[in-house]
Parts: sequence; C-alpha cells; structure tokens
Amino acid sequence: MPAPSLALTGTDGKPLGLERFHGKVVMLAFGFSNCGEVCPITLATLAGARKKLGAAAGDVQVVYVTVDPERDDAAQMRKFLGSFDPTFIGGVGTRPQIDSAQKSYGISSSKIVHADGSYSIGHSSSIYLIDRTGRLAAVMPYGHPVDDFVHDLKILLRG
Amino acid sequence: MSRPFRITLLLPLVALLCALAWAGFTPIHVASREKLFEIPRGTYARRMAGDKVEILPAKIRLTLGIEDILLLRNLDEVPQVFGPTIMMPGQSFRLPFERAASYQFVCSAHASGQMTIEVEDEPVMPWERIRWRVREWREKKAG
Repeated sequence: MPAPSLALTGTDGKPLGLERFHGKVVMLAFGFSNCGEVCPITLATLAGARKKLGAAAGDVQVVYVTVDPERDDAAQMRKFLGSFDPTFIGGVGTRPQIDSAQKSYGISSSKIVHADGSYSIGHSSSIYLIDRTGRLAAVMPYGHPVDDFVHDLKILLRG
Repeated sequence: MSRPFRITLLLPLVALLCALAWAGFTPIHVASREKLFEIPRGTYARRMAGDKVEILPAKIRLTLGIEDILLLRNLDEVPQVFGPTIMMPGQSFRLPFERAASYQFVCSAHASGQMTIEVEDEPVMPWERIRWRVREWREKKAG
C-alpha cells in the first residue's frame, strides 16, 4: 500500500513530500517540540536505531511532522530534532496542511490546556515504516526498544 | 401434595434440566469463526473533538475453536491504526488467534489508544459450555 503523500515544508527548507526519499527507508512520526514525554523518547529511540545501523543508516531517513504548527516553525523544529540527530527532517506547515497530513495517517491530537495557560498536546505516537519504494510497510507502536527498529529496518533495507 | 400441583412444580424443573443438559453437552457451533467489530464513520472526528466515549469495547473476548478470528472493519473516512497495521478507509483487518492468552494492541479507535483481546480455550466440559452460552446470551442481550 503506498504511503499517503505529504505536502509540507521540510526543516531543510525544501518541499516535504515522501517521493523525495524514494530509495531510502523512511521512519515517519508525528509530535511537537514542546513535548516532554513521548516525543523525546521516540526521537532518542530512532536516533539510537540509526546509530546502531552504522553505515546503512545513510539509507534511513527520519521524518518528524509537527502537530503544533502554532509554535513549531522550521527553525524551532530544526533545533529540536537536531539535538537528537542532525539528519532528521521535520515537517512544518500551516494548520490546514498539518491537519491534512494528520488525517492522511489517522493521527489524532488534542490540546491539553494547563492551569497557567500553557498547553501540551496528546497525540497518536506510532511510527510508520515506509520502504524504499514508498510503500507503507509497517506501523511500530510507541514504546518499542531500539533493537526492534534495527531488526525491522534491516529487513526493509534488504528488500 | 396433590398430583396436579406436583406436576406443575416438576415441569419447570424438568425443562430447566433439559435446557442445562442441552447447553452442557451439545457442542457449540457458530455461523462464522470471525468476530466482527466495525469502526464507525466519524470516529476520528470524535477523537479530534476530544470525545472520550469508547466506540469499541476496551476488551474483546475470543474463544479458540469457536470465535477465534478478530475481524476489524474501518468504516471511518480516516485511516485507523491497529497493532502493527494501518487500515485505510473501507479496509478490513483479519487476525486469527491460535493460543489462549491476553493480548494488548495499540488501537487508534479507542480513547485510551489500547485494546485488549482475551483469547480463551475452547469450552469442552459441560459447565464451561453452559457458562460460555450464558455469557454470549447476556452479551447479545446487552447489545
């Protein structure tokens, strides 16, 4: 099944569509830079998987799309993602563009407003694995260790 | 005790015993081993609106040899994630089970994001069959 397309802007300044990464295995996830729990763990896990792959990591691209376009611009996401792995590319855009991307992958999110007026966002946290031809190969639920990703990535890289 | 009065008392007792004997000794047959659950249209919209109402049961019970295949159908207009798979609008996902155990899956149709599948062994003893049939009847009655 072809992975649903994206029409966003990458944190590298280029248009972000998945066709850009054909030939590579893509790990796609959604989150936001002010996330204090799930996103840092997910990103650290994905960075760990790339590191463990060694030279093969060059064929693996992490794409992390914000669910908080009001606060996450390209610079903010670039800084956030760069603290985990400088090769990670973030997806940013307008609220309608982000809504459309979320809907394409069934990513739900809801704003949680705190007493001091600040907010966080609860969101779906699965990671989508897309093969070299742009087909959606698997969905990895949140919480899997680095080795599970390495295992699946090796299979996808061989294919 | 008069004879008609004894018969009046005995008849329901005999009927109950017959029903229990049937329920306990007759093997269970169902039309399909698939247990279907449909994710209705509008589920994603409700989740996005912050609706916490459970649309599907949080726990689904399957029985080996009788109803041991989970069939999920996505009738929503948005993809839904179940375990390691993504169901596009209109798609179904069929998952057979072969071992009795409790299984946890990520499920985007649930407010909690989790679904539990309890897979039980096939009831073979009479009281197990009776318990299974009573539970099924109560579940169907509850809708």
